[in-house]
Amino acid sequence: MSIHHIRVTINGKLYEGDVEARTLLVHWLRDGLRLTGTHIGCDTSSCGACTILVDGKAVKSCTMLAVQADGRELLTVEGLEQNGKLHPLQEGFHVEHALQCGYCTPGMMMAALALLKRNPDPSEQEIREGISGNLCRCTGYVNIVKAIQYAAQKLREPEQVPAGSGGGGE
Amino acid sequence: MIPGPFDYQVASSVAEAIALLDQHGADAKVLAGGHSLIPLLRFRLASPAVLVDINRLRDLEYLQEADGTLHIGALTREVDLEASDLIRRRYPILADTARVIADPVVRNWATIGGNLAHADPANDHPATMLALGAQLVATGPAGQRLIPVEQFFTDSSFETTLQPNELLTEIRIPAPAERSGGAYLKLERKVGDYAIAGVAAYVALDGAGQVTYAGIGLTNVGPTPIKARAAEQLLLGSTLDDAVIVQAAKQAAAEARPVSDLRGPADYKRAMVETLTMRALRQARSRATGGA
Amino acid sequence: MTTTNAGPHVHGLGEPYKRKEDARFIRGKGNYVDDIQLPGMLYADIVRSPYAHALIKSIDISKALQVPGVVAVITGKDLEAAGLAWMPTLSGDTEAVLAVDRVLYQMQEVAFVVAESRYAAADGAAAVEVDYEPLPVVVDPQKALAPDAPLLRPDKKDRQPTNQIYHWETGDRAATDAAFAEAEQNGVVVRQDMYVPRIHPAPIETCGCVADYNAATSKLTVWMTSQAPHAHRTLFAIVSGLPEHRIRVISPDVGGGFGNKVPIYPGYVCAVVAALKTGRPVKWIEDRTENLTSTGFARDYHIHAEIAADKEGTVKALRVYTLADHGAFDAAAQPTKFPAGLFHICTGSYDFKQAHVAVDAVHTNKAPGGIAYRCSFRVTEASYLIERMMDTLAREVGKDPAQIRLQNFIKPEAFPYRSALGWTYDSGNYERALRLAMEKIGYEELRREQAEKRARGELMGIGISSFTEIVGAGPGKHFDIAGIQMFDSCEIRVHPTGKVLARIGVQTQGQGHETTFAQIIAAELGISPDDVDVEHGDTDTAPYGLGTYASRSTPVGGAATAVAARKIRDKARKIAAYLLEVGEEDLEWEPGRFYVRGSPSKGKTIQEIAFAAYTNCPPYLEPGLEAVNYYDPPNLTYPFGSYICVVDIDRGTGEVHIRRFLAVDDCGTVINPMIVEGQIHGGLTQGLAPALYEQLAYDEDGNVLGSNFQDYLIPTAIETPRWETDRTVTPSPHHPIGAKGVGESPTVGAPQAIANAVVDALAHVGVRHIDIPITPWKVWAILKEKGLATA
Ligand SMILES: Cc1cc2nc3c(=O)[nH]c(=O)nc-3n(C[C@H](O)[C@H](O)[C@H](O)COP(=O)(O)OP(=O)(O)OC[C@H]3O[C@@H](n4cnc5c(N)ncnc54)[C@H](O)[C@@H]3O)c2cc1C
Ligand code: FES
Ligand code: FES
Repeated sequence: MSIHHIRVTINGKLYEGDVEARTLLVHWLRDGLRLTGTHIGCDTSSCGACTILVDGKAVKSCTMLAVQADGRELLTVEGLEQNGKLHPLQEGFHVEHALQCGYCTPGMMMAALALLKRNPDPSEQEIREGISGNLCRCTGYVNIVKAIQYAAQKLREPEQVPAGSGGGGE
Repeated sequence: MIPGPFDYQVASSVAEAIALLDQHGADAKVLAGGHSLIPLLRFRLASPAVLVDINRLRDLEYLQEADGTLHIGALTREVDLEASDLIRRRYPILADTARVIADPVVRNWATIGGNLAHADPANDHPATMLALGAQLVATGPAGQRLIPVEQFFTDSSFETTLQPNELLTEIRIPAPAERSGGAYLKLERKVGDYAIAGVAAYVALDGAGQVTYAGIGLTNVGPTPIKARAAEQLLLGSTLDDAVIVQAAKQAAAEARPVSDLRGPADYKRAMVETLTMRALRQARSRATGGA
Repeated sequence: MTTTNAGPHVHGLGEPYKRKEDARFIRGKGNYVDDIQLPGMLYADIVRSPYAHALIKSIDISKALQVPGVVAVITGKDLEAAGLAWMPTLSGDTEAVLAVDRVLYQMQEVAFVVAESRYAAADGAAAVEVDYEPLPVVVDPQKALAPDAPLLRPDKKDRQPTNQIYHWETGDRAATDAAFAEAEQNGVVVRQDMYVPRIHPAPIETCGCVADYNAATSKLTVWMTSQAPHAHRTLFAIVSGLPEHRIRVISPDVGGGFGNKVPIYPGYVCAVVAALKTGRPVKWIEDRTENLTSTGFARDYHIHAEIAADKEGTVKALRVYTLADHGAFDAAAQPTKFPAGLFHICTGSYDFKQAHVAVDAVHTNKAPGGIAYRCSFRVTEASYLIERMMDTLAREVGKDPAQIRLQNFIKPEAFPYRSALGWTYDSGNYERALRLAMEKIGYEELRREQAEKRARGELMGIGISSFTEIVGAGPGKHFDIAGIQMFDSCEIRVHPTGKVLARIGVQTQGQGHETTFAQIIAAELGISPDDVDVEHGDTDTAPYGLGTYASRSTPVGGAATAVAARKIRDKARKIAAYLLEVGEEDLEWEPGRFYVRGSPSKGKTIQEIAFAAYTNCPPYLEPGLEAVNYYDPPNLTYPFGSYICVVDIDRGTGEVHIRRFLAVDDCGTVINPMIVEGQIHGGLTQGLAPALYEQLAYDEDGNVLGSNFQDYLIPTAIETPRWETDRTVTPSPHHPIGAKGVGESPTVGAPQAIANAVVDALAHVGVRHIDIPITPWKVWAILKEKGLATA
């Protein structure tokens, strides 16, 4: 079983470490780097609790090996807030009451972020499709849709300097 | 759910990938998007000794039309098929297929090559490729060979005619003829699920409105992806009127070989092949004749 | 990030105050159990049975011990030697912690492997070799009762010689039978068999714990996904023999519970044993498959229900027989006094004069459970059956489902209402809720549209559910968990500067207690909720409480909080009188302040009073400003609502599309409408799930099907409709602030609204019932049979 030395930029910061080939990226982030905002909810790549951005694209980090992240740029929930300013998605989730237990929330926000990068002005149906790889057992999604609409609007407002949208991963 | 141990090697060129495959033989597995393979590893249902990561082969990620053929690099991600203007405009059946695979996050990484090479009868691309009459390019130590898609799958699930030291590198699809069109329809229990049944239908008509090409592929209603040959035959030469569509749909259902499982009883799945074939053919007809 | 309030505005009751707890969650700074990492911590993995019923011939752990990183392997025999092989369930049964000589369900715990990493633990578990001798499997509860059925629990042969766990009945059988005899003659009788399938709460966070034993202080600390940390501490003390004050259970942030995190699971006990054995902290976290296949399932009731009515459809009597599948161990969560929980709330919102309910519970080779999944102990089953039956009755007498309900509702003036099965409903106005729902959704118009569509061959259905919930257990004299009475508690400390720390005995898993409980105190003391911090979940600091499930937080914990805050105010009044040199009776209260009647400028704010409590306290009072309340509710509360669902059916595929779903809820006084609405959205989604998608099925060999999220179908944002909500307010007369608890109403009320809508779409061709989950193939089979299937 091969061991690999990897260098990964996460939330703008360089991390290095030795990982077994089989180490799942989510385990390296959580157990290895103590970036525990990224959660685990299933074994089948179904729930999206582990969603992060890799080179700007959302991925379920339970379905990628840590070694595959070598040399790439990652953004996790911990990187959303910039200079003490919440990202519009974080703000939206709070204002619209889009979280209850909070367990799905980081993955949900990361999937939403990927969606808004592709489609800055999504319809309700497009938002629902965009988060359909992420399960929430608490909220019934209605307020999550509103939170994403809130963030989309805030990110579109020209006078608004979108906090944190630069993040890592681009 | 933790994978068992394996070694990992990253390929920096197609040649290197093939050399690695050649070196490790059947002990090696190609790692593309990983969204079929890594779940298998996590359940310890597969235990390759080494993974050959081809994700850095950016030269296998492309979509281009040339010489009357659409060339798709095997590493092209579903999201790129889904978002491509070219695909939406010229090959809507491919966009239909890509957008019902898994969910948007999975589609960011899952590749079309992996989808075919995995040879899962539940995967959606095989049916569409069967309907389109695609050709697959296999690259091995001795160079490239062209495999018609119906010869790519074997009689067993999860098995292809690729050699262990071959890489699937490209998918080739004939550019659409003047009056042609197709559609892929999938019935699923919920978003992110594999198909209860899926049907891809593709037709080309001549100036008189007669069918000159018909392709029908079926998803997840048998041990392998199914090409509904008899149904295709019924359509050839017809004017694709409602009556022949009804007949072809019944025939496609007869060609399905579903089993009862958590996605429903076999008779239901068979009936759904009929429903979906009918609907897909109607949509194919409408697209072939200039509609949406 | 919290809302700043200008001036003395108190975000008290009825305000959509933004949640205090969000700040950490949106930053990824929550602290869930798997986020905890202690120095030297080991990881555990469990070896589980592939068989549903088998003898264990041998377990060979030698290869596992050789796996690099494996530190220890614990088997049932090891536990037996320590007297820990069995543990009590919530229902007075004993459950194997690790199987010793036989396994009784697939995925039962067989060995516990502890290693330096998750990966090594998994490798170790894969290397444990177990030799099984398969035994005949019983999956059908009916067959479990057959005289020749294999006896599944020889361990309790003495007190239970068959697979039957209990027979329980309530109500007046003779009078009920007489009413049925009369209806057979002069009225109508409707009957229906229905199955409420086995499902799973499946919170997105699975169960797990970290156990840490400090030999120097003899103190055991267990961080665990617990909805009831105090009760768990007591059970740990009883099982392990460790002194209770040396056990600290901490429930950190919990990623959803819904009843799944009420029981104690073998993994927790094994982690504690492993921590004691290795002297190092041990973490055990379930994976999703383990969660779905081995931890507390819900429902699994096979129901036969009958209604006797007169020819006009006015109900007379209800008769119910139920066969309950409890699985291999009786681990159902319910009060000792009521083995079928509150199932006898099944007369629902209707004025039945007579009723009788009988329940037989049996063992089968399935996972143990029977937990209250987002419902008060079997209320979902009860509500489903009565709401389905009312529709059946409506068809029988040829009336509209709305009409039959309006005709039979308990009238508003009848409250407090004593039901035929012995409950005393506190308050309600069922007609108002249904009329509001009908008006808002445009019921008459929908019926017209349905008639037109039917004429065109299109299938559309409208379903109603006018449910009554029963929540907020105790009173303690009737309700307990493993013997401990169901009260709840709150302790409030007002610091000298007027800031408040409150500790509560209930435990949040997303319900927003840190916000709503702060609002209750804010409302009582006239301060901002920003000035109130609410803590919970740590047994070393929080007052004893029974935890959060069965919607009991607001009815019981919320009442304790309001009463404790009132005690603070009472003392504050005494201090204010002293400071202002007037009699207590001369003081008036306005939010945040006492003042002298007639001279409003002469007053003392709660902050000034708090300061005085520590600096200038009246000599005849104890210094300080603190209060504790343990609240034993005088009665349960009875939230209710009327839901209307509109569906369209695809005749080619049998798919059901929910076009609209309107929920009118009445949960009494609303503390925070934003949170209430969020709870309703979530609960509705958990009601949608079993109606159309979720089921934990078993094959004949006892293999569990749907054991991961690929096959256990949690609805996504696509399947979930855009929920519409509204409410009426009928306060509870006996609750200090009139609140009733809402978290579970929608889960209880929604499935039958959807089922009724689907059946309604097909009623004209004689369809009376379809078991949930209503899959496309079930609908299609009916379409085919009735000649309605098209392509
Ligand atoms: C939650 C979830 C839901 C899904 N739902 C669907 C669905 O509805 N429909 C659907 O079609 N698919 C679905 N999938 C599967 C998904 O599309 C897979 O990603 C796809 O089947 C495999 O593509 P991949 O790039 O991930 O391949 P990998 O997982 O990397 O590889 C799959 C197999 O193909 C081999 N392979 C890959 N690329 C090559 C190559 N170029 N040459 C030779 N061999 C190769 C690998 O060795 C491996 O054996 C789902 C997956 C998940 C996780
Ligand atoms: S944990 Fe990655 S998708 Fe569920
Ligand atoms: S907020 Fe609990 S799972 Fe989404």
